[in-house]
Amino acid sequence: MLEIRDLTVQVEGKEIIKDLNLCIERGEVHVLFGPNGCGKTTLLMAILGFPAYKVKKGTILFKDVDITNLPTNERVKLGMGMSFQHPPEIRGVKLGDMVNIALGRKEGRIDERVVELGKRLNISVEFLNRDVNLGFSGGEVKRSEILQLLAQIPDFLMFDEPDSGVDVENIELIGDLMNELLGRDKIPSQRERSGLIITHSGFIMRYLKPDRAHVMLDGQIACSGVPDEITREIMEERFERCVELCGKKVCEE
Amino acid sequence: MTEEIIERAQRAKTKKALLGEDVDLEQYTTKTGEHQAISALGEIPREYTQDLLDAGIEPSEKDRSGSFLQRDRSVVFSKALSKSLEVMSTTEAVAKYGGLKDYLWKAVSVDADKYTAEVELAPSHGYFIRSKAGSKVTIPVQACLFITADKIRQNVHNIIIAEENSELHIITGCSVSHAVNSALHIGISEFYVKRGAKITFTMVHNWRSGIDVRPRSAVMIEDDGVFINNYILMKPVKSIQMYPTAYCVGKNARANFQSIIFAPGNSKIDLGSRAVLQGERSRAELISRVIATDNAKVIARGDINGTAEHVKGHLECRGLMLSDTAVVESIPELKASRKDLDLSHEAAVGKIAEEEIRYLMARGLSEEEATSVIIRGFLNVDITGLPDALARETKKMLALSLEKVM
Repeated sequence: MLEIRDLTVQVEGKEIIKDLNLCIERGEVHVLFGPNGCGKTTLLMAILGFPAYKVKKGTILFKDVDITNLPTNERVKLGMGMSFQHPPEIRGVKLGDMVNIALGRKEGRIDERVVELGKRLNISVEFLNRDVNLGFSGGEVKRSEILQLLAQIPDFLMFDEPDSGVDVENIELIGDLMNELLGRDKIPSQRERSGLIITHSGFIMRYLKPDRAHVMLDGQIACSGVPDEITREIMEERFERCVELCGKKVCEE
Repeated sequence: MTEEIIERAQRAKTKKALLGEDVDLEQYTTKTGEHQAISALGEIPREYTQDLLDAGIEPSEKDRSGSFLQRDRSVVFSKALSKSLEVMSTTEAVAKYGGLKDYLWKAVSVDADKYTAEVELAPSHGYFIRSKAGSKVTIPVQACLFITADKIRQNVHNIIIAEENSELHIITGCSVSHAVNSALHIGISEFYVKRGAKITFTMVHNWRSGIDVRPRSAVMIEDDGVFINNYILMKPVKSIQMYPTAYCVGKNARANFQSIIFAPGNSKIDLGSRAVLQGERSRAELISRVIATDNAKVIARGDINGTAEHVKGHLECRGLMLSDTAVVESIPELKASRKDLDLSHEAAVGKIAEEEIRYLMARGLSEEEATSVIIRGFLNVDITGLPDALARETKKMLALSLEKVM
């Protein structure tokens, strides 16, 4: 599904990701741990093709297409989707409009289909009529992002810190819907969708069963392995053991 | 009385306005042929139909409780379909109601500047619309001031009255025919919202790049009265300067102004709204959205003056720059002369945020599509207080005019 080869990414002239390699097969969900400032979000933005994240070297292949130089919307058309950690506020553009756009329709009318989707996330019509992200709480941002992905139904989903700032009640709902979006209810051989989840706290791991886990340090994937093992280690010792094994420095912990 | 008014007008004949560039009245003529009255709006020559539609005027008169059309300096149509409403030319109303002494030049002063003086000295009608006490007609009245002759001065004087506990909704369109290159429109509008009454006034300006426009409007709002003004300007204009003022005279009087301005070409726009909160617990909200592109110059003003107990006012002005050669100046003013009141303002001018475009692209839109969604959103002010059908129509009207400019 996604293959990243030898990727180097600069942001404002500063090298954030160096010679990174990552391969996610169809039906696989990977989780990416790492301390703040290590380049996790940069990696997602580079996969999505935001121009501020400049690819200096390497290639990104998505469904066997070289997307390294494609604009974001072309990548999205190929089946990519993202749940943002800090999405921008857009005045006058309602959450319902965003859902329509994700459904591939024109914004403007909040109809039954949008309302039905909203119900799954306990999102009221009133909430659909609010300007997107304007004054949203942490949990509301997450629910709004998941709602847009439910409308979009991408084949490859990226989640940037889906568990940050969410209360216990909502995290279970978000975890359930993430599993549904990723098609985790199916047996492994029938899974079609793939995902890459960034988490700093690892909180969401209680609700997800990813196939593989990675730890990112200093712009590179420092270690990879079985999710349970890596999660346990991180919960107990943070990133120290990984740092020790790889000889990397911890960015901003 | 009348003589005194004429005298004051005479003295103000050359008095320049405080704001806006000075317009030489003599460039424009008051001599123009009269137009024949028509018996239905649909009889207007077909070449003008689109000009009316663009200003929100429905030539079929469908979903309207009354219609008024003034073409150049002639009133060609006026009709009320509801017994609760009066719709006629101001000239007719002045004759019928003994000079309209309680209303004419009572909210706007005749000697404010040379434009008010001009309307008194060389008037060309305007409309009189009144709703009867206790009546509630939620279907709007439409009024259109239309210019079809080149180089004319259209000097209208409008009087709008909502009698006690009545509700009056008006859509007004000022439009100019495609055949006109230059003209001057001066419009005096005096609104009277009586005790417990409500007026909503939705105005669409559909000008062209050779037209000078100088409206002079004021609103008197009595106890528990509500005045809601929606203003939409999406087309180029040579120059426009207006600063309508709502006087919240009564207790709990409320005034809302919402202005949506898209300024293209070489338009020179100096536009604001002002509320004087002199009635106890009166409230005002003044909101404007300005988009400036090409070489447009826009001054967006707002002024709230609180002089009574427990009044509340909020002013919000947002500007979006689409060009490096356009200029937007935002001038919010608050004046308070009591301790127990609450006035606030926010103003912001900027460009379209890159991250907003990227976010929309991440949902599948191209850069151009994302930009136009953001622009439409920016201008998407919640229009409150209008009956549902009228609110829907206003939104549709706005969407249509946006499509044309983008």
